[in-house]
Amino acid sequence: MAAALIDIGDLRKVYSLDGVEIQALRGIDMRVDEGELVAIMGPSGSGKSTLMNILGCLDVADSGSYRLRDQDVTHMRPDQLARVRNREIGFVFQGFNLLPRTSALENVETPLIYAGLGRHERQERATAALGRLGLSDRLHHLPSQLSGGQQQRVAIARALVTRPSLLLADEPTGNLDTATSAEILTVLEDLNREDGLTVLMITHDPEVAQRAQRTLHLRDGRLEGPS
Amino acid sequence: MSWSAALSLALRALWRNKTRAMLTALGVIIGVASVIAMVAIGAGAKQRIAEQLESMGTNSLVIRSGTVTHGGVRTGAGTTTTLTLDDAEAIADLPDVVEVAPSVQTSAQVRHRGANWGTAIQGVTPGYFRVRSWPLSEGELIDPAQVAGAARVCVLGQTVVRELFGLVDPLGETLVIKGMPCRVIGVLTEKGATAWGSDQDDAIFAPITTVQRQLEGITHIDRIELTTTGREGSFRATKEITRLLRQRHRLTEGMDDDFRIYNRAELAQTSEESARVFSWLLGSIASVSLLVGGIGIMNIMLVSVTERTREIGIRMALGARPRDILWQFLLEALVLSAVGGLLGIALGLAGAGVVARFSQLPVDVTPVSVLIAFLFAGLIGVFFGLHPARKAARLRPIDALRYE
Repeated sequence: MAAALIDIGDLRKVYSLDGVEIQALRGIDMRVDEGELVAIMGPSGSGKSTLMNILGCLDVADSGSYRLRDQDVTHMRPDQLARVRNREIGFVFQGFNLLPRTSALENVETPLIYAGLGRHERQERATAALGRLGLSDRLHHLPSQLSGGQQQRVAIARALVTRPSLLLADEPTGNLDTATSAEILTVLEDLNREDGLTVLMITHDPEVAQRAQRTLHLRDGRLEGPS
Repeated sequence: MSWSAALSLALRALWRNKTRAMLTALGVIIGVASVIAMVAIGAGAKQRIAEQLESMGTNSLVIRSGTVTHGGVRTGAGTTTTLTLDDAEAIADLPDVVEVAPSVQTSAQVRHRGANWGTAIQGVTPGYFRVRSWPLSEGELIDPAQVAGAARVCVLGQTVVRELFGLVDPLGETLVIKGMPCRVIGVLTEKGATAWGSDQDDAIFAPITTVQRQLEGITHIDRIELTTTGREGSFRATKEITRLLRQRHRLTEGMDDDFRIYNRAELAQTSEESARVFSWLLGSIASVSLLVGGIGIMNIMLVSVTERTREIGIRMALGARPRDILWQFLLEALVLSAVGGLLGIALGLAGAGVVARFSQLPVDVTPVSVLIAFLFAGLIGVFFGLHPARKAARLRPIDALRYE
């Protein structure tokens, strides 16, 4: 049996919005093994994004435990969380979230800057990552000069360049047309199959979820069915 | 994150908003430039005052006969008759004294043929013209033999020449002063007015003994002007002369001095003090503009942090620690103030040069003032950059990423 990459227990999160308390997560238990391709589905307001943010160490839970690759990240300080995000997690967002007016190469180099790598090694690795995604001829293009699919490929290259143990994709095809969506999903599948990269996708699209090995359903802050 | 990477990020971010960055730096440029120019003008003014005082002679002292108290009545300066030529000779032997010039003053209606003119009569010794650094225009000066013999000769100031002789050459002519005939042996160069507005050229100079015995019938003198070894020397000489004269005049403890010593170096100190205050005043006013420049930096950095909230969120998601974000924004503020500082120095030097050229005021740019202005600009960058940078670093990644 493969080792657990993500292991969360009884995770809870409450938001206070204009004085009204919203229970976003009401006790989630979940385990994802290394090398899995998992989809998390659920209607809007089900707590998908909250779960994603906590899994991505962008936010912390109110209670419960979260172990990522045998590190207890539950009570980490902001700079420790930053380090975990830098080393262990690669993000792919619905809206791409590329740095504007910054070339594809520089975008992909950015996480390596925070990893403390030298300029030469950064450029080498960023060029290789972009090459892998078929963007060798787009290194110096700005995001505004790229198509949606190309932008999402740059974002995937940026997520991969630090060789993370987990790729978190939040509605990765939400802003793309059908053909491009299929293309991006194939890229994610390839990464999972060829590199053994663990991929966690959040989606509301059943067709997208079908490509995953396993699908978790989230409703009203709880997981339904087998986890 | 390495320093070079952080600096390159800051530079690139500024480069993307070139116009805004330049306008922000302009505040600092003007601030630094005005500090440097103002301090240079202040220092120049100070130097000019020092030069003028030096030309007046900060190494010179004037001793005047002083007040005396007769049964509670104090008679005022210049009314005692205790200062003598012997006192002057004794003072001349003091170590810090270079040259003494005892003198007596009176005034008289002077006649030459049909013309007459009321003027000052100065009884002097040859040392007088050296102490006053007053060169001769033509003829010759009073010599020691003429002083010893109370000769009836005189040297004229330019105003007297003009009023009594017009275009006639006065040398060898004979004047009548209070009924005493007196031969003109020399004419002085024009000296101009004193700082207090009295015409120094409106005077006739005769041997001190001649004025004492033949015009006034006195044995005392009115004043002794003297030069000392320098500014420090004049302070020492003041003490030495006080002690010597009190001893010679047999003044016991508790009795007032019967003379007054006026020290030009004291006046110099006062003037230099006001010049210093003036420099500080100019510098402080200029510093205010530097402060305003700093506030401009803070303003723009705050706008920038708000505009780039999403970028901050993305960077945090990619692994930027709060301190990386802090440094990125602080470095931007520092680069703005440093670039502003350097350009400000250039503009300040140019400005000081222009002022020097058109106002004919001396300006004195000191390396210290340049360094201080630059460091001050840097300090302002840190001070006003820190608040926006901390604001950026304290953002929660999730809030920053969601920011629209």
